Amino acid sequence: MSKTFIGCGAGFAGDRFDAAVPIVATLAGMPGERFLTYEVLAERTLAIAQKLRRSNPDQGYSPFLDTYLPLVLADCKRHGIRIVTNMGAANPLGAARRVHALARELGVKGLKVAAVTGDDLLATLTEAEVRGYPIIEGLALGNRPIVAANAYLGAQPVARALATGADVVLVGRTTDAALSLAPLLHVHGWRADELDRLAQGTLCGHLLECGAQVTGAYFPDPGFKDVPDLANVGFPIAEIGSDGDLIVTKAANTGGLVSRATVIEQILYEMHDPHNYLTPDVVLDVGEVTVDEVGPNRVRVQGARGKPPPPTLKATVCVDAGWLGEGEISYVGPNALARAELAAAVVRARCRAIGVADPVRVEVLGTQSTFDNNTQRRRVRVSPPNDGEYRVRAAVRSASRKVAQQVSDEVLSLYCSGPAGGCGVRQHVTAQVGTASILVDRMKVKATVTVVEPA
Amino acid sequence: MKTIEVPLHAVAHARAGDKGNRSNISVIPYLPATFEHLVEQVTEERILAAFAHKGATRVKRYVLPKLPAMNFVIDDALEGGVNASLGLDGHGKSLSFLVLGEVTVRVPVECVPAGSPYLEGRGTRG
Repeated sequence: MSKTFIGCGAGFAGDRFDAAVPIVATLAGMPGERFLTYEVLAERTLAIAQKLRRSNPDQGYSPFLDTYLPLVLADCKRHGIRIVTNMGAANPLGAARRVHALARELGVKGLKVAAVTGDDLLATLTEAEVRGYPIIEGLALGNRPIVAANAYLGAQPVARALATGADVVLVGRTTDAALSLAPLLHVHGWRADELDRLAQGTLCGHLLECGAQVTGAYFPDPGFKDVPDLANVGFPIAEIGSDGDLIVTKAANTGGLVSRATVIEQILYEMHDPHNYLTPDVVLDVGEVTVDEVGPNRVRVQGARGKPPPPTLKATVCVDAGWLGEGEISYVGPNALARAELAAAVVRARCRAIGVADPVRVEVLGTQSTFDNNTQRRRVRVSPPNDGEYRVRAAVRSASRKVAQQVSDEVLSLYCSGPAGGCGVRQHVTAQVGTASILVDRMKVKATVTVVEPA
Repeated sequence: MKTIEVPLHAVAHARAGDKGNRSNISVIPYLPATFEHLVEQVTEERILAAFAHKGATRVKRYVLPKLPAMNFVIDDALEGGVNASLGLDGHGKSLSFLVLGEVTVRVPVECVPAGSPYLEGRGTRG
């Protein structure tokens, strides 16, 4: 039976820049169709990309394209490993042109590049129409300016892009799982009504989309869950048969671990109802899924069940959401906790005195305050030692940049106006993007595949 | 049968994910035989209590005996999530360890993996 091999070289924008190199070396020796995916598009990332495109029509694709692809493009072309990635972000066509330019710089000849567009709702709907859809999750849009609105496309248009023979396919917003499901639709010819196979392919994509999270990263807990050579963790490779048989493994000559435990953690990662994981291609049910170790770092996953997909597509709307102001300062040594608590009290009093109206969180890091709420209700249940090292942190969200800066500056002023021995102030004032999810009629969204020729 | 009361951390592992202001936390036993004890003791009510200070409003538990694992979906657990939280961890990525540390279970000694520091009453203090 023919097998398809899919590796994942990045699970988020900023993932390890050279992780795909051992994947490409491993895939090069595999018999069958081989693909390399990169998932780099978080909900907010697209808003930043959209702003870049508005200021320059050539921009708006992932800035990580130039980080990741030069390391692998020549070897992928040489070995026939095809790349599928959402580095297209807000400008898949611009990304495709950039890939051609890279190929020219690297001396890669005859590269075929395709782009998938159609996820950008602002290209076909008015802003008022976007605002008209009910919000199923996230911020109320209010009067905030809409920066981006993108529907999650499924695997079908990405498979159509592969059918053009493209060596590299650039997409914007699709489901993360579509990056892996599309090659399977293309190679194995799975039909839209072969729901259990689509479910296995979707589960495959779900397992790969976070990179090393399935191969032993985001996992180690020393003495309880140990993973060999984490610094050299191998990124995942899936082997999928035409019947949906799925083996998860990883790049050769790397560290990390693929085990029942690493795979089960990732199956349920960001999954809410495990019997109804909604995608545009299929509704995945993992209730009957079994996970078995069939060799060293080789895990078989079977039993995904599929139901017909919903009539709507999810879309993410990104809006400007004001400013986050943060400041931190440390206290170390004898009586450090008491000094930190005094510093926190000073910041709270000062924020009241200068009339900050937005809620301010002031916490003492080192007391499990990250588990706590804004008013530190849980603090009474933990009793950290008075001597040690503690870090006071203040944070505010405000529509006003000035207020965000003011709260941050109240921490800075503790250097000379706070308790003894305050040190190591760091400040951040950053623009925020908020998101809301809406459901749109899938008939309103039309995906287009474009083969982009070299300039 | 000799039993032992331990934090969930002694007998299970967990992973947290988010969507909006909703957290999902998987709880997976190290040893399959532990699963029935977890199903009996790690209830929706106890998880909701662990997140009460965050303002959590509802917990839905999914039991997946084939894996075996449980998945807890906790509404309003993230103080607004990445859109609105003032905390360092808007995604709630650390909250798997809140569950593992906060919730205790009473299980047969055999449910704690051999060599675990919890068997010697040492916990994680080494």
